[in-house]
Parts: sequence; structure tokens; C-alpha cells
Amino acid sequence: MTELYQVQELSFRYGAVPVLQGIAFATRAGEFIGIIGPNGSGKTTLLKLLSAILKPNTGKIEFGGMDLRSWNRHDLAQKMAVVPQETAFLYTYTVLEIVLMGRAPFTSLFGFDRPEDLRIALESLKQVGLLDMADRSIQTLSGGERQMVVIARALTQQPEVLLLDEPTAYLDIRHQQKIYNLLTRLNKEQGLTVVVVSHDLNLAGQYCHRLIMLSDGQTVADGTAEKVLTKERIEAVYGCQVLIDRHPMTGRPRMTLVPHDAA
Amino acid sequence: MTVQRWLYINGLFGLILIGAILIALLMGAEPISLSEMARILEGVPHQADSAKAAILLQVRLPRILLAGLVGGILALCGVVFQALLRNPLADPFILGVSSGAALGAYLAMLFGLQSTVLGFTAMPLMAFAGGLMSIWFVYLIAKVDGQLPITGLLLAGVVVNAVLSALILFITSVLDAGKVMNILVWVMGNIGSLDYRIIGTLAFYTLISGVLLLMTAKPLNLLTLGEESALTLGLPVERVKKLLLVLTTFLTGAAVSVSGIIGFVGIIAPHAARMLVGPDHRVLLPASALVGASFLILADTIARTALGPTEIPVGVLTALCGGPFFLILLKTKKMHG
Repeated sequence: MTELYQVQELSFRYGAVPVLQGIAFATRAGEFIGIIGPNGSGKTTLLKLLSAILKPNTGKIEFGGMDLRSWNRHDLAQKMAVVPQETAFLYTYTVLEIVLMGRAPFTSLFGFDRPEDLRIALESLKQVGLLDMADRSIQTLSGGERQMVVIARALTQQPEVLLLDEPTAYLDIRHQQKIYNLLTRLNKEQGLTVVVVSHDLNLAGQYCHRLIMLSDGQTVADGTAEKVLTKERIEAVYGCQVLIDRHPMTGRPRMTLVPHDAA
Repeated sequence: MTVQRWLYINGLFGLILIGAILIALLMGAEPISLSEMARILEGVPHQADSAKAAILLQVRLPRILLAGLVGGILALCGVVFQALLRNPLADPFILGVSSGAALGAYLAMLFGLQSTVLGFTAMPLMAFAGGLMSIWFVYLIAKVDGQLPITGLLLAGVVVNAVLSALILFITSVLDAGKVMNILVWVMGNIGSLDYRIIGTLAFYTLISGVLLLMTAKPLNLLTLGEESALTLGLPVERVKKLLLVLTTFLTGAAVSVSGIIGFVGIIAPHAARMLVGPDHRVLLPASALVGASFLILADTIARTALGPTEIPVGVLTALCGGPFFLILLKTKKMHG
């Protein structure tokens, strides 16, 4: 497998506040990676650095064998798609119009949509199960549906890597399952590399092949769910009592919170 | 957006603009019939038509063209600002181009500057310079590490606007009443019958900047998703923001310098167009420009004929008749979903 990201001694500060320190890891194409950790541990910042929205203060990120800084935005958007935690839709675009914006890195300057672009956009909508909503106004959709539309837009970029920042943060369990099932399918069938930031240790543990756990801006664990999601580590990093057992069907670690009066 | 749909929508709005121009040509103190107008425009006027030809071609037409250009510019820049600042309430004057231009005009008036360049008198030239200067200040204040954060831009705009307005009030308080009236008419916004040379310069200018702005339709669509999303969709956001700021500043500066501060067109035309054709900037930009041009031509026609021979400042009229029209549009659109 080819190397995709090569992160070396990465540090980042917002002004004087250090957020990430000495992060280092490498990823291969086709991986399904979860970035986990408590609030303020630097997950979102790391994702923004990986997606070249932010630039590292020290250290470097190589993507596809080249420093991320020397990538041209346009070329990068043909390889990498990003799904932010939330998108505010200012004007009443239709679902299809939003999804077609995923073709922006491929169309000409003025950007008339070609039949090819339309076909890819509709295919993406089909994959997220929203084909019948193509002509609806984005503002009439529920939060879960909007997030699906943004994922469809990302797929319309036909990326090699998909970066997602807590894609299920505000969604119900049905949408959580839908999104993670979709990611698993894309990863398995199309070899799409997935990097997802998640607060939900159970979701990340069940679906991701590899977890990177951050705490106070540093990597504290990197490996399979079995290796990373241990009772001791979670209690140390999050400072709360948990119970770890196994999912009866998958055998993956499953975490349950221990209420104060049950301990 | 396909080529066919683009041509269809813009063709339709183009026809509306032509209709507005024809109506505006027919209206005025001197009655001119449709057949007389046709003869004059075809260039085969009867002997008896010569006075009317002069009115039509030397008085009404240049004024109509100017109104169309100014309306088109303000609407176009309004659309850009509403996307760039991610704020539906933005208009072309939001960053202070108007108060800068007004101050320039005041100074020209105050010092009685008389020189002309390319047919432009001192007042529009000073207004143009003032508009550019104010945005340059706003830019310098808002810039952080080579980037232009939107909130900083808006705040800097508000502050520069406030300071310049205070300066204007100060100058007003020391000027004599006659001069104040003169400049007040300009500030309220009015379209005059200018020289064809000036209109030609403005048209040339608008055409070039307008075509460049049309090229930013796709980036504007991406910008409405937020700057980070736009970045990850391949847009060099900071470069695009600066380009847009330069283009809109030059355009609004030019419009304000020849017509004063005509409010409302720049906010209402984009919204009206958006309600009619949707938010896709590839068609919204040209449609807004055409709507803005038609709207200001009709408003100016009313301004010069309604109370004839007294003229109503068109800037007053745009708000007066544009407001209710906009409310009706808003209301009916809501009812029909």
C-alpha cells in the first residue's frame, strides 16, 4: 500500500496557546482512521491541518509524497474532500446545486455544469439515499439530511481521501448508523481513505480500523480499537469511570459510563 | 446551470430592460409618440421632428443609459457583497465607499475645484478618489497576517463610515447654505443628463469589471458555504476576496461619483433577482444587473416626470417605491413557498 499522509513533529498554536505538540504518524491509502480524544484535545485542529485549512507552525505534513504547503488548492480538492461539522446555508440553494458544487475543482472558470458533472452528482445523491430530494431547497431539510447532502457533495469531488469532522455530532442513531455504514462501504468497495474525528468512542471503535487518541495536543495512543480503548487509558485521559466489555456480535470493545452511585 | 438555462433567463431579463428603456424614452414633459420615436431611432426623422430628436437623443437617452449603468453596477456589487460578507443585508455601501465618496465631493465643493479630466469635473473625480481611499483604509485596518477576516472587514467598514460621516457633518456645519443645498442634492442621489463621453467611459469601465465579476460566479457560490468549505473545494479564498474587493470598490466608486448615493437598488435588486432566479451566482449576477438597471431607469423616469418640472432625487424615490414593491414580492413568495 502507498503512503498517503506523513506527519512529522507537527505543532500548532492559536496565537500563544499551544494546541498540538509533536504529532507524528503516517497513514496508508485505504485506511479507515478515527481521531478521538476529549474536548480541547486538538482533534478538529488536527483535521484542519490535514485538510490544509490551517498551516502548521512547526513540523510538516506530507500528502502524496509532497509537502501540503506546496499543493495547489485546486489540485488538492481533486484528491481530498472535507465534511465540516456543520455548514450554514445562507441562501436557498437546491440540494442538487449544493452537491454540484463538489464539481468545482473540475469545471472551467465560469463553471457551466456538463452532463458528466450532473451524472456524478446524482450518483453521489443516490449513494446517500437522497436522490428524491434533489430539487428540494436545502433549507427545508433536517440536520441529518443536510449532513448527508454535504457528504454527497464531498463524494462528488471523487476524492481519494475523505476527512470528516464529527459528522454525526448532532444526529440521531439512525443517521449515525447510516453515515458510518456508508463510510464503511466506500472504504471497502472503492478503497476510499477515511479520516473521521469523533466524540463517540463506541461508533469510532466499532467502525474504524485504526484509532488515534489525542490528549492535551499530544498523541497518547495509536492502533486498533482493542489496543486503544482500554479502561485504564480512557479513565486516565477522560478522567471518568467507565466499563469496557465486548460487542456481542463484533467482539470490538464497547464502552459504558459508570454512574456515580453504581461505582 | 446549463448554457441553455443561462441564455433563457438572461434573455428574458434583457427583454425587460429593453422594455424599461423604451418606456423611459416615451415619458417626459415633451410628448413623443411611438411612431415619432421609431422614426428618430431609425435615423430618418421628419423635418418637424428635429426638436424632439434632440430631446430624445441628447436629453433622455443619455440619462436613461446612465441610470441603467448605475443601477446595474449597484445591483451587481450588492450581490457580490451579500455573498462575500455572507450577509443578506449587505449593500455596496456597507464598507464605506459612499461616505468616502461624499467626503471627496464635499472637499471638491469646499475648495471650489474646477479642473476636469476626460470630461469629468472635479466633483466626481474627488468622489471617486474619496471612495477608493476609504476602502483602502478599511482594508488596512481589517488586514491581519495578509488575510481579511469578514468580521474585521465589516467592523472596520462601520468605523470608517462613522468617522467620515462625522467629518461630513462638520464640513456641512461650516459651509454656507447655498453650497450645502447643492451638495445635499448630490448626496441624495440623482441622475443627470451627462455627456456621452462620460457615459462611454463609465460603460467601458463597467463592461470590463462586469465581465471579470461574472467570472467570479463560481467562487461566489462556494463562498456562501463559508470560507473553510470554499477552501476545501479548491478556492484560493484570500486572493478571491481581495479581487472582489478591488472590483466592487472601483465599480461602486465610479457609480457614486457620477450619481451620488442612490440607496436601496444595491440591496433590493439582488434580493428580487434571487427570488426570481435562485441563488446560483452564475445566473444571479447578470440577472441582478439587469433587474437593477431596469429598476433604476424606471425609478428615474418617475423621478423626472411625477412632479414635473420639479425633480425628485431618485435616491429618495428608490426607497419610496422600491420598498413596497419588495415587500409585495417577499409576501407573495412566502405564500407560494
